[in-house]
Amino acid sequence: MIIYGVAVLAACLIVGMILGDALGVVLGVQSNIGGVGFAMLLLIVLTDWMRRLGKFPPHSAEGVLFWSAMYIPIVVAMATTQNVVSAVGGGPIAILAGLGATIVCWALVPALARLGGAEPPLPPVAEESEV
Amino acid sequence: MELISEVLVKNGLVFAFVIVGAVMWLSYYLSHHLTSGRLHGSAVAIIVGLVLAYFGGIFTGGSKGLADIPVFSGLAVMGGAMLRDLAIVSTAFGVDLREIRKSGLVGVISLMAGIGLSFLVGAVVALMFGYTDAISMTTLGAGAATYIVGPVTGTALGASSEIIALSVAAGLLKAVLVMVGTPFIAPLIGLNNPKAAMAYGGLMGTTSGVAGGLAATDKRLVPYGAMTATFYTGLGCLLGPSVIYLVIRAVMGG
Repeated sequence: MIIYGVAVLAACLIVGMILGDALGVVLGVQSNIGGVGFAMLLLIVLTDWMRRLGKFPPHSAEGVLFWSAMYIPIVVAMATTQNVVSAVGGGPIAILAGLGATIVCWALVPALARLGGAEPPLPPVAEESEV
Repeated sequence: MELISEVLVKNGLVFAFVIVGAVMWLSYYLSHHLTSGRLHGSAVAIIVGLVLAYFGGIFTGGSKGLADIPVFSGLAVMGGAMLRDLAIVSTAFGVDLREIRKSGLVGVISLMAGIGLSFLVGAVVALMFGYTDAISMTTLGAGAATYIVGPVTGTALGASSEIIALSVAAGLLKAVLVMVGTPFIAPLIGLNNPKAAMAYGGLMGTTSGVAGGLAATDKRLVPYGAMTATFYTGLGCLLGPSVIYLVIRAVMGG
């Protein structure tokens, strides 16, 4: 059933968030540390294990893939709720700090991505095959 | 009219699906016919979304873009942190764990470099504008990291509300720049493989920016970028008011 896949996904997010919040408390920070990352690792390991046991049929996978397909629309909805007015109206100090940090970090991407050998690019995909 | 808007408000999330569907259709149409597919449909959609957010903000004076207009409030649910995180995690389905383990060290280094450099740039800008105290410099640097690290660090250090507001604005600008700019900068910086995406997430750090920017570039890169970006804000909040503040205070001789 599709809901099994959705339930596994949701449970991974909840457990990851609890771990992230707990790590924040342990380190004395009022913030979640890596919750989404823990949830992703959990989902990868758990679904791989369930699939090998034959307990994660294609119907369950559809429940996860639906949310993966909703990713871009959800990000577009997120874009419509950003505080763009404050972002562009912050005055020269905010603009220089935001712009400067972005450009400096952009410039560093090639150097870090090449650490320990560069990786080949992903193969191109046709837009039609995207979900 | 009132009846209609009442229905739309009551069914906010459902109406948000309609709006986003329309935005997506329009954006893919524009992408094909105006740019002949060179600018990806999802990149156009995110830019359209940000433009809508700008007008929403101008119209209402609020901080949640279009979602401050009651009829469009469902967008805040659909694009809020809960569903966004669920969707981000779902993109990891089917990812090979070996790929992440292989690039793990690059991810850790990029997190440290990204946080350190953002604080440095913010602190230098603060100094340029005459803020010579370590608290203000650290707070603006925190804002240059993300718009959450800014106020958390500023509040912890007791910075003025003026400098905290500036740090939030700097962080918001960074998030918007990363969302819009990633698809344009990606070919120039080799952002086309999982390892580069892990470095990207750690360097940029802003979850909304990285989530939007990678979606507009290549959705297959999202899980790798999100994996490292998710540690950024927490680490920034940890290091900002402690180690980084102490370093800046030592340098400024205060």
